[in-house]
Amino acid sequence: MPYIPHTDEDIGAMLERIGIRDIDELFDEIPKELRIDSLPGVPAALTEMEVARLMSERAAQDGRPLNFIGAGAYEHHIPAPVWAITTRGEFYSAYTPYQAEASQGTLQVMYEFQSMIASLTAMDVSNASLYDGASALAEACLMAVRAHRRSKSAHILVPVTVNPAWRRVARVITEGQGLVLEELPYCTEQGTTIPQVLERYAGQDITALVIQQPNFFGQLEDADALARWARANGAQVIAVTNPVSLALLTPPGEWGEGGADIACGEAQPFGVPLSSGGPYVGFMATRLEHVRQMPGRIAGRTVDLEGRTGFTLTLQAREQHIRRGKATSNICTNQGLLMTAATIYLSLLGPAGLARVAGACVARTRELVEALTTRCGVRAAFPGPRFHEAVLLLDRPVVPVLESLAAAGIAGGYDLARDFPELGHALLVCATETRTSADIETYARTLHRTLGRAAAAAGVRP
Amino acid sequence: MKRIEPVIFDLSRSGRGATAQHPPAAETAIPAQFRRRRPPVLPEVSELQAVRHYTRLSQLNYSIDTQFYPLGSCTMKYNPRACNSLAMLPEFLGRHPLAPAATGQGMLACLFELQEMLKAVTGMAAVSLTPMAGAQGEFTGVAMIRAFHRAHGDLARNEIIVPDAAHGTNPATASMCGMKIREIASLANGDVDLAALDAALSPATAGIMLTNPSTLGVFERRITEIERKVHAAGGLVYYDGANLNAILGKVRPGDMGFDVIHTNLHKTFSTPHGGGGPGSGAVGVGERLLPFLPVPVVGRDGDRYRWLDERDLPQSIGQLSGFMGNTGVLLRAYVYMRILGAAGMRRVGEFSTLNANYLLQRLREAGFDAAYPERRASHEFIITLRRQTREQGVTAMDFAKRLLDYGYHAPTTYFPLLVPECLLIEPTETETREELDGFVDALVAIQREAEADAAMLKGAPYTLPVRRLDDVRAAKQLDVAWKPAGA
Repeated sequence: MPYIPHTDEDIGAMLERIGIRDIDELFDEIPKELRIDSLPGVPAALTEMEVARLMSERAAQDGRPLNFIGAGAYEHHIPAPVWAITTRGEFYSAYTPYQAEASQGTLQVMYEFQSMIASLTAMDVSNASLYDGASALAEACLMAVRAHRRSKSAHILVPVTVNPAWRRVARVITEGQGLVLEELPYCTEQGTTIPQVLERYAGQDITALVIQQPNFFGQLEDADALARWARANGAQVIAVTNPVSLALLTPPGEWGEGGADIACGEAQPFGVPLSSGGPYVGFMATRLEHVRQMPGRIAGRTVDLEGRTGFTLTLQAREQHIRRGKATSNICTNQGLLMTAATIYLSLLGPAGLARVAGACVARTRELVEALTTRCGVRAAFPGPRFHEAVLLLDRPVVPVLESLAAAGIAGGYDLARDFPELGHALLVCATETRTSADIETYARTLHRTLGRAAAAAGVRP
Repeated sequence: MKRIEPVIFDLSRSGRGATAQHPPAAETAIPAQFRRRRPPVLPEVSELQAVRHYTRLSQLNYSIDTQFYPLGSCTMKYNPRACNSLAMLPEFLGRHPLAPAATGQGMLACLFELQEMLKAVTGMAAVSLTPMAGAQGEFTGVAMIRAFHRAHGDLARNEIIVPDAAHGTNPATASMCGMKIREIASLANGDVDLAALDAALSPATAGIMLTNPSTLGVFERRITEIERKVHAAGGLVYYDGANLNAILGKVRPGDMGFDVIHTNLHKTFSTPHGGGGPGSGAVGVGERLLPFLPVPVVGRDGDRYRWLDERDLPQSIGQLSGFMGNTGVLLRAYVYMRILGAAGMRRVGEFSTLNANYLLQRLREAGFDAAYPERRASHEFIITLRRQTREQGVTAMDFAKRLLDYGYHAPTTYFPLLVPECLLIEPTETETREELDGFVDALVAIQREAEADAAMLKGAPYTLPVRRLDDVRAAKQLDVAWKPAGA
């Protein structure tokens, strides 16, 4: 009986103690007509060895393509200690630290994570993580409505340069509470939001303006100008950032002098593997004045009966297990394990290491764009400064090109056709510090061959 | 000896670093107007310092791997190590979520089969794996109920009925979806009060959220009657899968008439709780809600798997996460289900219930008061310490804290809210009889301590890294982020 320790003797003794003949009698309060006696559709048990073989075969089937996709999830080097420690049973198999005295490890990691996020974003306070970046943006929108007491409109401006999947998620999660998320157009020449489009909203009751920096295309927005407009027009600023970039870029807390009101995003780049999309770890930070409107777990430092330093969950009156229907969110947990990985990652990288990772990302992406534009006949869609992603324009539909690259073992980027058809055949590519010059050369050579062969097949000279 | 581990920032020295982890410096050429003026304050420590610090922090935790953890309603059972190591094969970890489906057929096959197995054990018509936690699964369910009524032009249905024993997430979720909450009472025997239900049902009823077995640790015996009443009133019936472990393989929510359920894979299917996440709240639906399932869902065309999105499911409530949910958690649940197989699933329900009823029996014999003495326990049960509070002045909290000194994690305390001074105890199927007996001995010993020296109990715990913490100070003198001295 996998994972069930009962011997026949145990079972007999336990049934006797309870005063019943067999285990089935324990279910005698369940109406008979509802009970089942088998589970068709569930295969028979395998041993660990058999499942290990199966999983290894399936993993081998997927292979390990050379990755140039970003679009919200980023491949970075993960230091060996990160998961060696994160998967220690004491972290892995503990639950939410309701019993603070028996959970000081998890609570202190939460406090350290909060400290790191607050410092990176230059905000006062952070929570101990949310599910992922997309849901963090949704929660930030809901929070802005609660925090902005003068605004009655629940009207939030969301530039189209914000990750389109995150915009969809924010819409789904906020819809029930009547939020209006209005999209702001961008400049198709620059790939950034045009501050002038905001003038149309001057004098209106706008609850918040979302600013993603770097934006979904990897381009740098004029975050200062956008934040200044928001401040001048009585709207809050919700910052969405890639936290790796914050080693180099102006943090949300300093945008446009006044700074953002809420900063959120995806901390997956901090030691969390790509893993087909999750589990990841969203983050959220804010100003002290808004802390009671923030969703999610928060750990605080305090003292015990003997005056020793200790940590505990704090401001729990915001949460569902206390406030029930009046809570700030229905969120029950944070993303504890991934938050632990991110905290260990940041301790190992430190300010200097993280700045180097960010710098290498910028440099590698520049190298990639240069190689592909000079050698493969593609061109960069936007000229301005960028972080570690770029939009390339192809002369033909992107999907067949990506399929051809995949067949050659390259995950070549993300097709923008679904969300940005106005850009034509646009491909979003990314190179982090994990891509070497040789990797970039491989990509350029393969893309050249792919585009050339397709052109030849169509009777066109490359 | 107790040892306080400093905050990592206090170990930091300018110029130190785990430099094996730092890539070479590169020229970045970011224009000055975008550049950060002051670097962020992050720890500067050696690799060994970081490793030692976080290893030591881990040792301050109680966990399933180190202690019996009978936290009611949380299903703290053994998290098999194989589930972790096989979900962390490098190909699975390295796969980008937006890589073509052709390069993810192995992973998608696992997820597709997981959907099928979840359909089989829940009795639902279809499953979406995308919700990232139980609470998000609840959100998904209520959002689908809302979408269903809207699709039928039934715009007035804006009330969700929730029994008073429900998890706080139920009413919080209903609020998040813009619903009004109608709370209904439970009877003294733990069942839902049908008269209260009748009174709550109206043309405004969107649905009811039920946990069965309930958080009172008993099976709702009149579930079919409840289901019929709510459906007759035009509402839908939501199953909160928090306690699915109790009935796994014995009775299925789909057969009880539920329209939608969420399952907590981190409970019933043994994926790790991770100190509070990641969870995974896969949802299952009956035919009525099929068109509204959240995307993406794994589909199969012939022998190829692919993600289905809004283009395939145009009435879907939409997307709930940046990509497709917590794939890594789903792979762990998949491995767990394959190792258990059909017979193993049934044993989960059987032995979790056996352990709970045995533990309840032993505690009753030892003089503790069951909250629902005339009922069978499900996989969990409630002890009320009301009498001890009256007679010795000790509370459920005092018992819970003292249990920590005996090397046991405390049961859930003060939940559900309607039983005074309660301990909600869930032993799970993976514990031995000896472990349960040891826990009984500890509670008996604490009871004696309460009778002899109640004041001592008030001071517990004594042997943990810290004593009871000042929660009031934590909230009043808020310190939630480290600041450099003098800052």
